[in-house]
This record gives sequence, C-alpha cells and structure tokens, in this order.
Amino acid sequence: MNQDVSYDVSAIRQDFPILNQYVHNKPLSYLDNAATTQKPQTVIDRVHKIYARQNSNIHRGVHFLSNQLTEEYEQAREQVRQFINAKHAREVIFTSGTTHSINAIAYSFGEKYIHEGDEVIITGLEHHANIVPWQALRERKNARLKVVPINDRGEIQMDAYERMISSKTKIIALSHISNSLGTINDVKRIIEVAHQHNIPVLLDGAQSIQHQQVDVQDMDCDFYVFSGHKVYGPNGTGVLYGKEKWLEEMPPYQTGGEMIQKVTFDKTTYNELPLKFEAGTPNYVGAIGMAEALRYVEKTGIQAIARHESQMLRHATQKLQEIPGLTIYGTAERKISVLSFLIDGIHHYDTGMVLDKMGIAVRTGHHCTEPLMNHFGIEGTVRASFAMYNTLDEIDQLYHALLKVKQMFS
Amino acid sequence: MTIDEKQQEIIEEFGLFDDWMDKYNYLIELSKDLPEMDPKNKTDDNLIEGCQSKVWLNAEMQDGKLVFTADSDAIITKGIIALLIQVLSGRNPKEIKDAKLYFIDEIGLKENLSPTRSNGLLAMVNKIKAYAMAYDLKQNQ
Repeated sequence: MNQDVSYDVSAIRQDFPILNQYVHNKPLSYLDNAATTQKPQTVIDRVHKIYARQNSNIHRGVHFLSNQLTEEYEQAREQVRQFINAKHAREVIFTSGTTHSINAIAYSFGEKYIHEGDEVIITGLEHHANIVPWQALRERKNARLKVVPINDRGEIQMDAYERMISSKTKIIALSHISNSLGTINDVKRIIEVAHQHNIPVLLDGAQSIQHQQVDVQDMDCDFYVFSGHKVYGPNGTGVLYGKEKWLEEMPPYQTGGEMIQKVTFDKTTYNELPLKFEAGTPNYVGAIGMAEALRYVEKTGIQAIARHESQMLRHATQKLQEIPGLTIYGTAERKISVLSFLIDGIHHYDTGMVLDKMGIAVRTGHHCTEPLMNHFGIEGTVRASFAMYNTLDEIDQLYHALLKVKQMFS
Repeated sequence: MTIDEKQQEIIEEFGLFDDWMDKYNYLIELSKDLPEMDPKNKTDDNLIEGCQSKVWLNAEMQDGKLVFTADSDAIITKGIIALLIQVLSGRNPKEIKDAKLYFIDEIGLKENLSPTRSNGLLAMVNKIKAYAMAYDLKQNQ
C-alpha cells in the first residue's frame, strides 16, 4: 500500500521531538494516541516562551505583561471558536479538560433544569467521565439515568434511542466518537431527534476534535467538550462550548475571582460570559498552548489528517485480521483510527507488556469504559490508536510484534 | 534454604539470560509450573483486583509454616507470582515478615512491582507481608 504522497508524514514527525527516540533499545512506536497525543515543537516553544518572557496573571493587571497575555488568552479563545466554528467566542469556556467540562455541565445544568423524576440519557459507549457525573446528579436530584444500548458492532441502537426519549428527558449526553472502539456516532441524526423534543444534547468530543472537522453550528449540538492534550496541546487544558442561550441561563458551578462583577457581603453579581464560568486564575499558559496546537492542526489540514488516519485504520484492520485468533472489538461502519482487539487465550496485559519491550506503546485494560467491556463480556482489550504522525511501517511493525506475542504465549 | 539464599539462586538463574525475551519466556514456563490453585480458594475475598490483571492469593498455616497459593489471569504476572511463592511460601511467619525482597529488582523486573503498573503484584506482596505479620503476632501470643 502506498502512503498518500501529498501528505508528508516524515516531515510531520520531525515536528514532534519525542517520537525520535529509543525505548528498550527499539525505536519508539507510539500507538497510544487515544490516551494522549504528543506535542509539536511549536506548542513546546509557545509554552516555553510564556514562562521565559511573558508570564503574568491575566485580566487584572494594569501593566504591560498582564495586558499582553490577557490579549493572547482571549485570542486563544477566538482560535478555539474558529476551530469548532462556534458563533461567539463567549460560548467558549476554558476548563482543565473533558472531565472537568462534563462535570461542570452536569452540575450547572442539573441545578437549573433537573428535578426529581427527570431523565438523563447516555449511551452504552460512554467513558466513565460521561457516566459518573450523571450518576452523581441522579443521586443529588433523585433523577433517572437511562442508557441507550449498542449493537455488537459497537453502534448506538437508534430505534431504542428514539423510544427512550420521554417528556421527562432533560438532556442527552453522548460521545461524539467512542474512545474504546472508535465508533463515529451519527450525532447529527441524534441531535435532530432530540431537538424535535426540545431536548439539548451534550457531545463528548474528547476523541473527535483531533480526527475530523468539528463544526458545532452544523451539528447543532448544545454543548461540545474536549481536552487540549488529545489534540496535540498541553495537559490540563480543555474546552466547554455551550450555546449562549444555555450558558446565559445556567448558574456558575464554581465561584471566586474573575467570575464576579461586584461583591458585597450581602450580594454578589456574576460576570458576563465567558468569565462567569472561569472562576480563579485560569490555566492561561495551557489555553494559549492549546490554541497553538489547533493552529498546527489547521496548518497540517484536518481533512488531510483524517485521510491519512483512515488509511492507517484500513491497513491496520486488514493486517491484524490476518492474524489467526485475533478479534477486533468495534466494527462499526464509520470509525476513527482506533483498533481494540484481543488474541484468543492471551491476556491483554501480557500482550501489552511484550509490545512494550518491542518499543510499541499501546493501551491495555478497560479504557475507562467498564460497562462497554461488560457488553462484550471481556475484561479489557489491547488498543492501538493512530494519530497524524503514525506510519504504515509502524503498523507492519505492530503486526510482526503481535505474531511474536502469539508465538510466545501459545 | 533461607529466603535470601533462594533470592540469590533466582538472581543467578536470571543472570543466564541475555535479553528480555528469554526472561519472559522463562516466566511463561514458570507460570505453567505454578501449582494450580484450588478453585474453592478463588473467592472474592482472596481476589486482588489490579487495573490490568487479577491476582488471587490464599494463605494457610500448615505445621507452623505459612503456605501461599496464588493465581493470575495474566501469564507474565503469574510467572512472577511463581517466583514470589518459591521465595516466600512454606516458611515461618517471622521469616516472611522480616524478609527484604530484592531479587525482583536484581533480575530487572522491578517495573512489575511498581504501583503504576496496577497488575496486582505489589498488592499481593503487601498482603503476604500482612498475613505474615498477623500470624507472627498470633504465634507470639
């Protein structure tokens, strides 16, 4: 198979210094991108420059550095807005990551709109981060949590979903793309159906932001959340996008500095969006670094990345299927470059340990989706996930390494 | 053979291996030789749930000696269990309680006992020590 000629993967690899190293005396093959992605030099440099030359607390200074960095922080917000095509920059709230964003929505939206007996709908594909905050809300409000079943290919059962919606349903929260299986959910259809009942939809975008064009207006989702570290940006950064009408009505979930307008001991009035939801000193270094990462993705071209990754997925699927006794979990028609699998009779941990010794980094375990693993009746899988800098050679390497694993353990 | 003599013996055995592959193959062999755990002892109480692999550990006193049987669903983990059993099982509780385990480090399998691995092995060693302490206390009463 030929690599896409217009896409210069070796040039891209040059931009990611971490990739150029040996582990256990083998060239590193980093295939754990669904867990976190590596950072291009531009992002590393950007973060370094802030600490070396620009650092100052934002939004409150009268001095040069503070004003300069405040401006860059707000430019970062504008960069995110543009990247996800939000209508207004004030609809973009910076958080510490996807988990933080979902918790914030579950709390704040829940406070305002969820009452006893109300229902929240999630799906069988969800990461724990999109299960547990809703369980906590359920306990707080005496609400109900309903789970849309999936089929054995790892796809949401649409008819069951439609039947599950009732007059009590207040919000639907689901992954845009499954982290364990790679399934791309038909979110447009899901949102359309929800909106026919005037129910808002939250999309967990932790696995979509780095793999495909995200247009929140086109999808018409009410909330979209993601983590910076999964899209080549710094750790501890994230975004909570919400339509203005919701964010205006929802109460702050944290209180403190910057989110206030006026404080007296009798009464406090809250600041305008987006600051209303950004209590305390935000991770401005991270936010600016994340914006740099988004620029890098834009420059490389998200469509080109998506084409490259789908080529990876096709090649990997084909190669791994050649291995007798190997089962792939997640065979949805539309998938991103995530491959979850098990070899008959070989524990995922053993597989991962041996791959590690051969320089190949994969994830093993339940990937924070225990209910999903239960659906398939397994404890966990081996997950190889590919990003913009992976190569077909690395997949061939994985294939040969797996043959070795098979030989060792059978 | 004392615990330290046994540790020394294992270190020498592993000294023969040139690379990780030989070591792992040897662990796989050891896992096959590990005496099978009585299924009735594979209870939830005896289960140590690691995030990555599961370990079952049973302890029994036989003629003043503390005897351990154990199992795991992962083979490499099971191979290391076999080594731990060789070193620690069938000894009096005081000896186990006082033992310093250094052979795992020496044979280059340290990473397997790191808290970050979450394979149940570190918890298993801690549980073995806890049993030894408890029985030692009981014997001295």
